[in-house]
Amino acid sequence: MRQVYMDYSATTPVKKEVLESMLPYFSEKFGNASSIYSTGREAKQALEGARASIANQLNCKPEELFFTSGGSEADNWAIKGIAQARKAKGNHIITSKIEHHAVLHACEALEKEGFIVTYLDVDEKGLVDPSAVEAAITDQTILISIMYINNEIGTVEPIAEIGQIASKHKIIFHTDAVQALGNLAIDLAELPVDLMTFSAHKIYGPKGVGALYVRKGVRLPNLIDGGAQERRRRAGTENVAGIVGFAKAVELATEGLEDHVANLTSMRERMIEGLLETIPEIRISGDREKRHPGNVHVCFKYIEGESILLSLDMMGIAGSSGSACTSGSLDPSHVLMAIGLGHDIAHGSLRLTLGDFTTQEDVDYVLEQLPPIIDRLRKMSPLYEQAKGAQ
Amino acid sequence: MYSEIVMDHFTNPRNVGEIENASGMGEVGNVKCGDIMRIYLKINNDEIIEDIKFKTFGCGSAVAASSIATEMVMGKSVKEALQLTNKQVVDALGGLPPVKIHCSVLAEQALKAAIYDYAQKTNKYYEELEGFDPDAEDDHHDLVEEIGEF
Repeated sequence: MRQVYMDYSATTPVKKEVLESMLPYFSEKFGNASSIYSTGREAKQALEGARASIANQLNCKPEELFFTSGGSEADNWAIKGIAQARKAKGNHIITSKIEHHAVLHACEALEKEGFIVTYLDVDEKGLVDPSAVEAAITDQTILISIMYINNEIGTVEPIAEIGQIASKHKIIFHTDAVQALGNLAIDLAELPVDLMTFSAHKIYGPKGVGALYVRKGVRLPNLIDGGAQERRRRAGTENVAGIVGFAKAVELATEGLEDHVANLTSMRERMIEGLLETIPEIRISGDREKRHPGNVHVCFKYIEGESILLSLDMMGIAGSSGSACTSGSLDPSHVLMAIGLGHDIAHGSLRLTLGDFTTQEDVDYVLEQLPPIIDRLRKMSPLYEQAKGAQ
Repeated sequence: MYSEIVMDHFTNPRNVGEIENASGMGEVGNVKCGDIMRIYLKINNDEIIEDIKFKTFGCGSAVAASSIATEMVMGKSVKEALQLTNKQVVDALGGLPPVKIHCSVLAEQALKAAIYDYAQKTNKYYEELEGFDPDAEDDHHDLVEEIGEF
């Protein structure tokens, strides 16, 4: 059976070039980057080469990049670290209702310690209003954290505008750019952002590697005390192979950015238009323009997301959903609630995210398989029966 | 994550549909929690379930639990059908993940609600329905929380 992977926002396969760049650092050049003999120096060189390469692609200084175990660690470090470092200045944090759980739960943990957190509403497309950010600022505000691209509905937030507001009020600004890296051009010399979170496995790099960008001059407490790795901020022997792979992935993403965006956007639009044409009573979530190039997020009335995923899986198609049944809780995803969807609509959500190995044929296959699945599930649904009976 | 039996009942659900002029109809669950189950019964004069149909809004296990529950009581007497427990539904499905146990509770409740409706319409009394409230809110989820702990 045809296998169609359409969950690139969950994770991506490691590209061949990335894997090849990593391989020497497992058994041959396996040295500890802190050792002074030649294999150690080789590892150190690879590590610093990777840092310099990523810094070059993102237009920042190498010493502003700290490698972590991934996006969640970087988010936690940024938020809890800034709260700790600036608690003498104030205790107020501004974020949004649609952040990744790594940000939301870090903020909730800080609330237990006495910090006050404002969770900003978003509009029906998932956009944060910069003027609402400014209106929420108090003399106690020490940190603003708003994501670059929402992982679920793909909305691109007005980060530059929010950053300018933060900078004007001398407040630290963090953005989780896990979904943005590789999907839009990031120029850290231009963007008024103090801290930015990255992850390798969303851009065809390995899992277990990420980075936190910390603008020069921003004070952040150590995350892990120990050795001198990562300039003493995050101790522990570095994941050299992973970091080398991460750098390769960033390099490939930057080189191929234009093609990647053009290609994905065209397939995404074909998918969205195809769905709108063939399936009645559906709703596309997020902003149609300010959107992740590969994100298709759609809600099907009268049916439940997990049933859709199981049915797609049987046809070899991998996707995801924000329904309660798939989130493991009783409520649909917080993002879908925040954009004002009713429970009945949110439960029937499906996220298909396209990536570099997606083909037009894959899109056509999904467009061919999905309508009968939706039809079958609707015919089984008492809500559909009710709605049709009422007409 | 699901047994083969669950997947079979999800893919080829038995007894999907409606019964016109049903002897009893019951619906439990709500949109908020993401599962709604509706069961229709056709019961003859000997109080035997001659036909049963269901419609379900919910996840794979909710569909499978409804499907297998209808099979388990088809042709049984009302009295026998009232003995059906959610545990029997889980066992018949070859098990359900802990977070999905509530789907089996819904199936039991939907069946009871349909029989309750039949009893109301026909002025019959079943001691098994003593204390059963077809409109009770979300009881099954409290149970899930408890079961989920294990």
